[in-house]
Amino acid sequence: MQKDVHSLLESSEFKSLVTKRAKISIMLTLLLFVSYYGFVLLVGYDKPFLAQKLNETTATTLGIPLAVSVILASWLLTVIYVVWANTIYDPEVKRLRAKLFGK
Amino acid sequence: MPPVTEQAAGAIQTSLGTPTLPAIIFFLIIVAITLAITYWAAKRTKTTKEFYAAGRSVSAFQNGLALSGDYMSAASFLGIAGMVALKGYDGMIYAVGWLVGWPALMFLIAEPLRNLGKFTFADVVAFRLKQTPVRIASAIGGILTVLFYTIAQMVGSGNLIKLMFGLPYEYAEIMVGAIMLAYVLFGGMLATTWVQIIKAVMLLCGVSVMMLMVLAKFNFNPGDLYAAVAAQYGQTALEPGGLITSPIDAISLGLALMFGLLGLPHILQRFFTVPDAKAARISVLYATGFIGYFYIIIPIVGFGAAALVGREVITSIDKGGNMAAPLLAEVLGGTPFLGFIAAVAFATILAVVAGLTLAAASSFSHDIYVHVIRKGTATEQEEVRASKIATLMFGVVAVGLGILFKGQNVAFMVGLAFAIACSANFPALILSIFWKKFTTAGAVWAILTGAFLAVGLIIISPTVWVDVFKNPKGSELFALKNPAIVSMTASFLVGYIVSLLTKDETAEQKFEDEKLRTYLGVGAE
Repeated sequence: MQKDVHSLLESSEFKSLVTKRAKISIMLTLLLFVSYYGFVLLVGYDKPFLAQKLNETTATTLGIPLAVSVILASWLLTVIYVVWANTIYDPEVKRLRAKLFGK
Repeated sequence: MPPVTEQAAGAIQTSLGTPTLPAIIFFLIIVAITLAITYWAAKRTKTTKEFYAAGRSVSAFQNGLALSGDYMSAASFLGIAGMVALKGYDGMIYAVGWLVGWPALMFLIAEPLRNLGKFTFADVVAFRLKQTPVRIASAIGGILTVLFYTIAQMVGSGNLIKLMFGLPYEYAEIMVGAIMLAYVLFGGMLATTWVQIIKAVMLLCGVSVMMLMVLAKFNFNPGDLYAAVAAQYGQTALEPGGLITSPIDAISLGLALMFGLLGLPHILQRFFTVPDAKAARISVLYATGFIGYFYIIIPIVGFGAAALVGREVITSIDKGGNMAAPLLAEVLGGTPFLGFIAAVAFATILAVVAGLTLAAASSFSHDIYVHVIRKGTATEQEEVRASKIATLMFGVVAVGLGILFKGQNVAFMVGLAFAIACSANFPALILSIFWKKFTTAGAVWAILTGAFLAVGLIIISPTVWVDVFKNPKGSELFALKNPAIVSMTASFLVGYIVSLLTKDETAEQKFEDEKLRTYLGVGAE
């Protein structure tokens, strides 16, 4: 069993699974950073941009929908991750586990 | 144009601060239901797995709600509504920061945590390291985090209950302590989970109804609401103001909020209640949805309070604006609705304190008593008994500290809890999961550096040095209001350098097993 474990961990399939997971985690975390810290920096450096009104007749400022969209974007990123994990990661895990135990 | 509300605000008669019949009835109903659940849960809470982790029987949807319940505190419900009411758009910026940790939690640690851990996050940090030193260090980081968070909650709850029901502060503390102890002591994680679920559903429903009633007054058009706010308080209410003056300060606070979540022991412990990694992942999807929805609608409640109650009335009751939401409830639905919202706020306090107490007790009994004192030899029965004694002790300490800190400015303690969580617990957790060469010494030093730097720097920062100790403005020795950007970076650096300087062969050997469990869930409990 221990030998099987070692060869499984060294197999290209397992390594590519680890890489894939790292890639998607890092990419989504970066997108989260860009959206949230981008928003924070906008508040820090360009208040007039956020303070501009959406159009002539309204009091609503651009900052309001932007704040809401940071929250929505965060949630959408979690949806992307779950869809990826359910459709790509989980079947792969199942296959590798079967390889280790199933034969 | 929406109706002008000046006269409504001027003539407001509030029954806040007196125990009204509806408030008492709603309160009693909540207590009765939750205690009935505790009775039911007590019969299903015999083993350690049941006490700490609800027998891993919680579904992803239930855990999503319970996570939301653990996270949406009275401070964020009443505090952010008040901040939006008084400061306008700045409150909204603040609200966004409270959500963004959740996706990070999912992408980085939710699944490995579930696969590697048993009852506490220290199980994960200590997975392949030397038990005694790492357990002690993790317990220090974890308990400090929970302790500061609890003091903030207890002091806040005493003040809120006094404002809402007129009950003396000390009685309020004892009542919160006694009821939540009943949940945790007898019903363990199962009762605590259901208290969180009930509270989350009530809070989400209460705030949704409030939002709909506000929007109904403005033709169901948020734009009309914003226009009314701008008409009363000027366009500046809808523009970013003084909250963020120094971007580096804002980034530091943002880091604390985002990565602090990944180091909150009571949140992390919830992941051991679901059956597997997939359920852990999906529970974060639900939690992010519920909490995101909450932070999107809370500003509407806050703006509604500004427009329909008025800033003057709000500050006349409580300078910090904490009573904005209850006052709005009274304007919208009279005393019964106020009673309902007050009872919801009370349930919120109970649920959050119960979750914190369980996390602290688990750390004492599972990490310190079982793994350090008994070196892992305690029997099931002994551990359950130890956890109950720890629960009782922590509950008494929480009430005592709540009374001790009466009238003190403890608002900074939530920020401090997040700073310790992201500087002490989070770096050690993520390094031990993903970095093969992480050593026992590296973990201990990373945790201690993060914890003490976070505490030390916040004491000499404007948050405590100026606001609490009343030293003159500008005399602070550390400029940032939240130290996360420095203390978290330092913890990672120290963990990295010390690990390179030391060698931990057993840890490296066990990394294969850990990897198998992290990615494939092989051997997960």
